[in-house]
Amino acid sequence: MTPRPATAMRPDSAEPLLDAIDRQIIVATQSGLPRVARPYHAIAAQIGVAAEEVMRRLQRMLETGIIRRIGAVPNHYALGYMANGMSVWDVPDERVHELGEKIGALDFVSHCYQRPRHLPAWPYNLFAMVHGRDRAEVEAKVRAIADLLGTADRGHTVLYSTRILKKTGLRIA
Amino acid sequence: MDALDRAIINKLQGGFPVCEEPYREVANQLGTSADELLRRLDALLENGTLSRFGPMYHAERLGGGLTLAAMQIPPHDFERVAAIVNAFPEVAHNYAREHALNMWFVLATETPERIGEVIACIERDTGYTVHDMPKQEEFFVGLRFEA
Repeated sequence: MTPRPATAMRPDSAEPLLDAIDRQIIVATQSGLPRVARPYHAIAAQIGVAAEEVMRRLQRMLETGIIRRIGAVPNHYALGYMANGMSVWDVPDERVHELGEKIGALDFVSHCYQRPRHLPAWPYNLFAMVHGRDRAEVEAKVRAIADLLGTADRGHTVLYSTRILKKTGLRIA
Repeated sequence: MDALDRAIINKLQGGFPVCEEPYREVANQLGTSADELLRRLDALLENGTLSRFGPMYHAERLGGGLTLAAMQIPPHDFERVAAIVNAFPEVAHNYAREHALNMWFVLATETPERIGEVIACIERDTGYTVHDMPKQEEFFVGLRFEA
């Protein structure tokens, strides 16, 4: 996908959040950072700007949250986290914010989101990814979440992944 | 995987500097050389221990659309549908999960409006309903995987 400056504006001004050079940097790095001694110089050479410019813009994108972080994404299966459970919870809507904050703060939860219910098939409105070396470890962690929720837990289940069908990461263009 | 590989994986999940020679800076902190770090990083990506290394962009803040979608596919039709779904470039991740809703994928699109179009295409091409579950709120998490 192509980032669209028309919709990505700073909240406090009419200045576009991303310009053409930012977009070139995004396209040049979305599949990864060059693995050479001076990676930002390599990107700069590729798109025809100064290395300082590339570094300044990356720094700014980190500060504004356009880049969550620069780093490594491990394949959790390869690291021995064989059980990957998506725990889903039906909690009262008026408490979902407060409870989501508490669950997100647990050190074994990797993602935590509020999502819409699809009744009657899908009554759950809070998602928390829990990883463990085996299912017993995941189950213990899910019990800890249930204890924390108490009576706000009106129902939950855990969906285990059995296979990665595709994992390419986000593609900008 | 030895102690240095583990140290590299743990270190690089926490961020990477923006400076002239970032690999050298990280290598110094790990007590190794930039060349060795680059060699190890290449191998960890090559053998699939790491799925990627680089900036992680925030799709919505780029002006695009992002959602999680789920489908209920009969086992006999699962591979056919997986192939159709995976062929969409907008499908970033797709996981098989044990549940009546047994296929879960992330859609990332150029525009927010495009999410609905891709979902309609997937429903048309596969013949099954897609349940759209966009995030309504994201709660902060700080987890890292210890290697």
